[in-house]
Amino acid sequence: MIWNEKIECASRDEMAAVQSERLIQTVQRIYHNIPSYRAKMQEVGLLPGDIKSIEDLKNLPFTNKTDLRDNYPFGMFTVPMSEIVRVHASSGTTGKPTVVGYTRNDLNMWAEVVTRTLCMAGVSRDDIVQIAYGYGLFTGGLGMHYGTENLGATVIPISGGNTQKQIQLMQDFGTSVIACTPSYALFLSEVMADMGIAPEDLNLRVGIFGAEPWSEGMRKEIEAKLKLKAIDIYGLSEVIGPGVSCECEHQVGMHINEDHFIPEIINPDTHEPVEPGQVGELVFSTVTKEGIPILRYRTRDLTRLIYDKCECGRTLVRMEKCKGRSDDMLIIRGVNVFPSQIETVLLEMSETEPHYLLIVERQGTLDVLKLMVEVQEQFFSDEIRVLEKLKKKITHNLQSMLGISVDVKLVEPKTIERTAGKSKRVIDNRKI
Amino acid sequence: MIIKQVSVFLENKSGRLNEVTKILGEAGVNISAFTIADTSDFGILRMIVSDADKACSALKEKSFSVQTTDVVLAKTPNKAGSLSKLLEVLQQEEVFIEYMYAFSMKDEGAVTVIRPTRVERCLEMMQKHKTELLGTDELYQL
Repeated sequence: MIWNEKIECASRDEMAAVQSERLIQTVQRIYHNIPSYRAKMQEVGLLPGDIKSIEDLKNLPFTNKTDLRDNYPFGMFTVPMSEIVRVHASSGTTGKPTVVGYTRNDLNMWAEVVTRTLCMAGVSRDDIVQIAYGYGLFTGGLGMHYGTENLGATVIPISGGNTQKQIQLMQDFGTSVIACTPSYALFLSEVMADMGIAPEDLNLRVGIFGAEPWSEGMRKEIEAKLKLKAIDIYGLSEVIGPGVSCECEHQVGMHINEDHFIPEIINPDTHEPVEPGQVGELVFSTVTKEGIPILRYRTRDLTRLIYDKCECGRTLVRMEKCKGRSDDMLIIRGVNVFPSQIETVLLEMSETEPHYLLIVERQGTLDVLKLMVEVQEQFFSDEIRVLEKLKKKITHNLQSMLGISVDVKLVEPKTIERTAGKSKRVIDNRKI
Repeated sequence: MIIKQVSVFLENKSGRLNEVTKILGEAGVNISAFTIADTSDFGILRMIVSDADKACSALKEKSFSVQTTDVVLAKTPNKAGSLSKLLEVLQQEEVFIEYMYAFSMKDEGAVTVIRPTRVERCLEMMQKHKTELLGTDELYQL
């Protein structure tokens, strides 16, 4: 079923007209309410009136993650706090999270787009949907929750973790749809096998997986092990959260809810739009959000757009699975990790910059972060307990900064390879 | 007297200890006593050597993390009950020990390397109780 056929199947011209009208209003609102973005527009000599249609979108300045950080916590909100009914936050690059705020209308819009994505995935009101994304500051849990309620399906708001209980409830409640990260889906299948439960014992038929990159190989593995259709969903809190785009049952790219979030693909080096169909960095402009509308937000995700009509009947533009990042951000178990965060933690603990190497590995089904830190003069002590304490402190500080556990290993100086004087910071051994 | 012990950070992997002894051998530094404190992924090599400064610079040149620590060398007769006597003194005078290690020779007696929390006080109390103390020079005459 198509939730909002009128817009999801609109012609290109109809869509462009809706987008243009909404973009003009959004530019007005941002120009008059966010001093930092107004300054950016003035710098390039743009007035709100210069933006007459989506053709002019490419002239607008970009918004970066740093803009949200510099205006922490609420500086990018365009409405008074009395209008904001909820905030969410995601990890930032230096410890301060990126904060987003939603008005009542924003939450309604969010529920609408998530409902559309559920329908794309083939979910209906007859389904029992187990939401195993984390509930809390992370947008995953609550975002999926209200969209599922809006559809009229039954929600099991179990949140993340508690794997055995997840499986027990799947069995007892007859869960037909599971929403979680793809790596957690694989982990679920392993624990199920340990518990002696076969996928045939369950009622699962659809999985909605997102919040981290995953490959076609992983899709096949999940589909084989859980006996369900694995659907890719995409979103980021700066734009709205889950529901920005999602695959339909044909699994040929994710349909973007582009009447709310206008996508562009740019060359990350030149910042110019790429030729249609070419891979580049995905950029979003939200055109209906009230709390924190955002123009030309650089997602750093690399992908390409497909404008052909889909077999499902939707005309909404599709984006391919993300092919990587244009920055050094890693996504570990759904958590964003920047090497600079690790540097911050280590710097706080010593006078000089330590040499470190971050190794990401997929052990079984879970991503593991290993950090090797060189024990240089400033760290070294003759006493074991001092070194053990140091190791514990690094582990603890990283855990509280990143929200995930890191396996810390102390190594001898100069054992981490230097490339052109600077050490290589990250090795990603995952085959995603 | 206070002796400089040389401590080296070692990763728990094959060949590391040999690397250290090779460097010291080439630098003409003799090791008279050593011990290794180990954990699951790293260890600390502690040594009493003929020339601590030379050992440190040779190892630092090869990028090892090196530190010197003040320790005390006590000599006791090589017979039953003498270590206990030494410890009795330290306990009585409230000298606390971080770690210690020892070696003994048949006729020359036994040498205990002690790392006390407060080196000066340990030295003072040992002198008060007439414990025989060794310097590196004397160590080499054993």
